[in-house]
Amino acid sequence: VSQIPVLIPTTLLLAALLSLLAGLRSRRAGHLVAVAGMLASFLVALAGLRAVVGEGEALRYPMGHWMPPIGIEFVLDHLSAYMTTLVTFVGALVIVYAPRSFAREAPGKEVFAYPAMSLLVAGLTGMCLTGDIFNLYVFLEISALSAYALLAIGDRAAPVATFRYLIIGAVGGGLYLLGVAFLYSSAGTLNMADLHARLPELVESRAVIVAALFMVVGLGVKMALFPLHFWLPDVYTNAPSAVAGLIAPVMTKVSAYAIIRLFLDVFPPGFFTEALPVAQTVGWLSAAGILFGSILAIAQQDYRRMLAYSSVGQIAYIGLGIGLANPIGLIGGLLHILNHALMKGCLFLVGGAVRLRTGATRIPDFAGTGRIMPWTMVAFTIGALAMVGIPPTAGFFSKWYLLLGTVEAGNWVWFAVIVASSLLSAVYFFRVVEMIYRDSPESAPPAEPGEPPPSMFAPIAILAVAILAAGIFNVVIVNELLERVVAPLGG
Amino acid sequence: VTADFFLGRYPYVLIAVLLILGLYGMMYKRNLLKKVIGMTIFQTAIYLLFIQGATKTGATIPVLSPELGAGAEHYINPLPQVIVLTAIVVGVAITGVALSLLLVIYRRFGTLDEVEILERLRESA
Repeated sequence: VSQIPVLIPTTLLLAALLSLLAGLRSRRAGHLVAVAGMLASFLVALAGLRAVVGEGEALRYPMGHWMPPIGIEFVLDHLSAYMTTLVTFVGALVIVYAPRSFAREAPGKEVFAYPAMSLLVAGLTGMCLTGDIFNLYVFLEISALSAYALLAIGDRAAPVATFRYLIIGAVGGGLYLLGVAFLYSSAGTLNMADLHARLPELVESRAVIVAALFMVVGLGVKMALFPLHFWLPDVYTNAPSAVAGLIAPVMTKVSAYAIIRLFLDVFPPGFFTEALPVAQTVGWLSAAGILFGSILAIAQQDYRRMLAYSSVGQIAYIGLGIGLANPIGLIGGLLHILNHALMKGCLFLVGGAVRLRTGATRIPDFAGTGRIMPWTMVAFTIGALAMVGIPPTAGFFSKWYLLLGTVEAGNWVWFAVIVASSLLSAVYFFRVVEMIYRDSPESAPPAEPGEPPPSMFAPIAILAVAILAAGIFNVVIVNELLERVVAPLGG
Repeated sequence: VTADFFLGRYPYVLIAVLLILGLYGMMYKRNLLKKVIGMTIFQTAIYLLFIQGATKTGATIPVLSPELGAGAEHYINPLPQVIVLTAIVVGVAITGVALSLLLVIYRRFGTLDEVEILERLRESA
């Protein structure tokens, strides 16, 4: 039995504990332990990705050697290898970036923040790996709880925004759990593979339909699917940059992953498209969300708030991929999980670097940053171009696959939505780009000019390079990984 | 709809009422502490749904007894109980974090009234 699936989250759980113990003695030691844990977990995830792609089949780990469906199993298949590698990659970069951001934006909170970040990533990887729907709930709440703790240490309004997120998140988690209750009472199992085998006989059952509804709505809240997104902008705006840079790229995506997992591997084929029009509904809500998020992003003066509304729109691209429910469209949605994580991570981290050097969080105050920190702003420009979807950046290719998906589905409304939102993103990102390369007003000289310190600049640069790499190598990712993931859809 | 309909399903009716009550508290109460109380009611209703689904008359705890033999009808299913235990632990953790957030909010704003807090935030912005 391969140990890889279970090692990915347990490394992080152990690191969280050790980081806290070390951090109580020395802040620096606590950080180093957290960095080591994230890096180790990323390397294990990478080894898992190689093993899965090499062998072409999933690695399974039965917990405590209790065989499924009695015991809980961890499954590292193509989709979970893709997700865990991405999540631990972003986690490792952000934890390297974090100390200077916390020192500026939340001084004195670092000792507890590093363990919370490790726990957050542990929860997210656990969600991606588990083969048990109740276990998924537990990991969902582990990641949510650490996120609440991290988000609350931001600006003055942060605890209020976080509290509202906690309440709405509790509803989301609760609805998912209700769905689990209905599903267990009708199918008598919690194991995903076992459910997949048993549910085809039960597609007529009203309890199963109710279960599917509760689970999707619950995860929709956590994913910030329009119109359940209203908690997101306040939360992202008030969080420290390192926290927003970790949570915005990966957290909502993992809930989207959970919906895709239910769609492909738990409920019977066609259940989400024919028996119950879940996919179509998610798709139409996403189409509305794309326009809503993009338009509101234009209206924002705060950089972080603009990124938050942009996230509402960009997450909806993933929902659109689900809604298309054809292989090429879902590939676009899945690819957008990766691409948007890289782009949004890069942009939030740039925001933190600017805040460190000039104190600016509002877009008009970004004037002149292009001269103060030219290389950081190159990274920003790459991220912005990718958000608009200009080749060869990653952002172009996910939109391209999505467009092909809408053509295949013959859905011209969604085609128009994707094109329109690209234009809207161009409006709000070029506004910032223009500001950056404008001369700064004399009245506001930067406090501490120059590029950010290496611990901040390196993660930003790596993400910018990754945006280009993910674009250039998109065919490899699609052929080796995503084709396998969407195989249940046929075609 | 007859009385029998409700008598046969009264646990479910109770659970539905609790769920709606909890949601109402979370959405419409101005006092943040009352929102936490609503959340707790909402969560408790979910636990009750699991427990209700696991009730069995004439069965005992799931430890194999030589007198009763191995027949599954003599024992209750332990899984829903374990799920609820785990869910309660999760729920307690959420409540704990919620209460600690309320402490921070109260120290910072001197009130737990949502409208008043938002007003103060608007003033300072």
